[in-house]
Amino acid sequence: MKGLLRLFAILRKEVRQLRRDRLTFGMIVGIPLLQITLFGFAINTDVRHLSAGVADHANTQFSRILAADAQASQVVDITRRVETPEQLETLLRRGEISVGIFIPSDFGQRLARRDRPAAQLMIDGSDPLILAAARQLTGMSLRYDTAPRQTTDVPLFEIRNYYNPERRSAVNIVPGLMGVILTMTMVLFTAVAIVRERERGNLELLINTPVRNLELMVGKIIPYVIIGLIQVSLILLLGVLLFHVPIQGRMIDIYLAALVFIAANLTMGLVISTLARTQFQAMQTTFFFFLPSILISGFMFPFDGMPRAAQYIAELLPLTHFVRLIRGIMLRGAELSELLSEMWALMAFMLITLGVAMLRFKKRLD
Amino acid sequence: MSGDYAITARGLTRRFGTVIAVDHVDLAISRATIYGFLGPNGSGKSTTIRMLCGLLTPSEGEAEVLGHRIPGEAEAIKRKIGYMTQRFSLYEDLTVRENLEFMADVYSLPRRSARQRIGQLLDKYNLADRERQRAGTLSGGQKQRLALAAVTVHEPELLFLDEPTSAVDPQSRRDFWESLFELCDKGTTILVSTHYMDEAERCHGLAILDRGRVVADGAPQELERRIDASVVEMETGDSRTVRRLLTDLPGVLSVTQLGMRLRVLLDRSVADPLALIRTGLIGQRLQFDARLTHPNLEDVFVAATQGRYLKAQA
Repeated sequence: MKGLLRLFAILRKEVRQLRRDRLTFGMIVGIPLLQITLFGFAINTDVRHLSAGVADHANTQFSRILAADAQASQVVDITRRVETPEQLETLLRRGEISVGIFIPSDFGQRLARRDRPAAQLMIDGSDPLILAAARQLTGMSLRYDTAPRQTTDVPLFEIRNYYNPERRSAVNIVPGLMGVILTMTMVLFTAVAIVRERERGNLELLINTPVRNLELMVGKIIPYVIIGLIQVSLILLLGVLLFHVPIQGRMIDIYLAALVFIAANLTMGLVISTLARTQFQAMQTTFFFFLPSILISGFMFPFDGMPRAAQYIAELLPLTHFVRLIRGIMLRGAELSELLSEMWALMAFMLITLGVAMLRFKKRLD
Repeated sequence: MSGDYAITARGLTRRFGTVIAVDHVDLAISRATIYGFLGPNGSGKSTTIRMLCGLLTPSEGEAEVLGHRIPGEAEAIKRKIGYMTQRFSLYEDLTVRENLEFMADVYSLPRRSARQRIGQLLDKYNLADRERQRAGTLSGGQKQRLALAAVTVHEPELLFLDEPTSAVDPQSRRDFWESLFELCDKGTTILVSTHYMDEAERCHGLAILDRGRVVADGAPQELERRIDASVVEMETGDSRTVRRLLTDLPGVLSVTQLGMRLRVLLDRSVADPLALIRTGLIGQRLQFDARLTHPNLEDVFVAATQGRYLKAQA
């Protein structure tokens, strides 16, 4: 009987404390809400509207029908029209399109003879989901083709799988995983950095010294930048040794992209650190940032498969831009100069969050 | 006026929501003196100190600290002051020397003079044999000496000490006050808050704070002279009964038990305090012995917090 009373004493205390801990309360509702909506939005293995480019050398009625049919299938969205297959390759490398449709000048004859594929699909195969989606086009038949089709083994398209001919998922996952690992560790490092000083009482001493905001912030970031770069090296090493992930691009580009990305995550952590009151709160808040990052950045599910709203939100997350950068450099051999818009996005994110952290951090107790 | 005074304040007030933590405090603290804030917990000592070093913005009123205005010039003050917080606020996972090196760098001391200064401080505060020990593993007294060393690394003109001795033994407290007098002799102004009477007694000047207001201020001896009450010391076998009976008598301000003795504070308007006490205890068959005595600082404190105190004429 006494045991029961004591049990209830603990229970009642726990509920009372829980009611006053708004962030935990928020997690009870927020986590399911976030998870369900994000997963619901993002998990879409039936990927549609892959951005595509067309190089039409035939330029006949049929070739235009082919492009229109591909568009109508909703598998691709034709966003670019270029002159040569080489230009399609450039667009693929830059990540501006996932699929290139090359229609050769003898398209009409090929179509008539049906002894070999009439056109070529150039697919960014680094993501197996995109590859699978784009392959749906091979089963397509042209609209004019109303007559019962002769059974022939020759498909409409010849497929060229770029960047991941062996279709190994590790190739696609490892570079993105680098971004995920960096997000998780970097944000958390600085998220607890200032809160920890506050909790331990160091902050009251520190804000009474001539130390300036910027000095404090940058001084806290720099050691973790170096730690982040060590992590990058470790992941690259493991990726190459264990999973034989190719590194097509230049090493310096990988490190430059990682450097800006690390800094952006660290400044995000600083913002969290100025919001949270305790280290536990900082960790909870970090989790709220981490969850959407991992789900809608394009790391787990192809960006093109997500609805517009999710895509817009994803553009605000550093991981989205880093996944594009690192896949471009590592898998497609893109140069950093071809991906500058992603770099600018990361830098803007870093500067804005650093500014917010500095504005929020006051050398005062009120 | 800033020439003679390290700190002046006029109508300094701080509210937290509807609570008034500090209520129109006026201060004038001379340079190279030790000035004490005496008051119970929650009387506004820490809040006043925090306003004076620029950590909290006053809701009302203003202050001048070392010639800099508060609010407004808080950053300029920070180079010239040291602030020892109530809670140990150095890094527990750094060693004694590393903590001092950190503070020296934060105050931008040149490398060579920093090394020299740290050596001096380690010797002076008896920490030389502990320099490689983590601060977190030090005893209360050692932590306190390290904290004092850390806030004096840059030789500040003004030191704020917020209940510096609340976690140390009596011997450490005595040594600590020796160090304070030494600093004061060299021209440092020290503002120290405490709730120990014996510490308050050592200060050159003193303000007694109660519920955010200064209820008495002046030199300790002067305060004892100006008390608006008479004090009777009693010895009795049944102190609890006597205490209960006396507390109800008109004119008695307070009765404090000190072991077998009682200390009775009576309003000045009572012409013959001893007679009043005797009359009050008549017919109780109690043995007691009562005599008038000099008021001490604790009496001042009790009287002042009950509004029984003559303020000095301005």
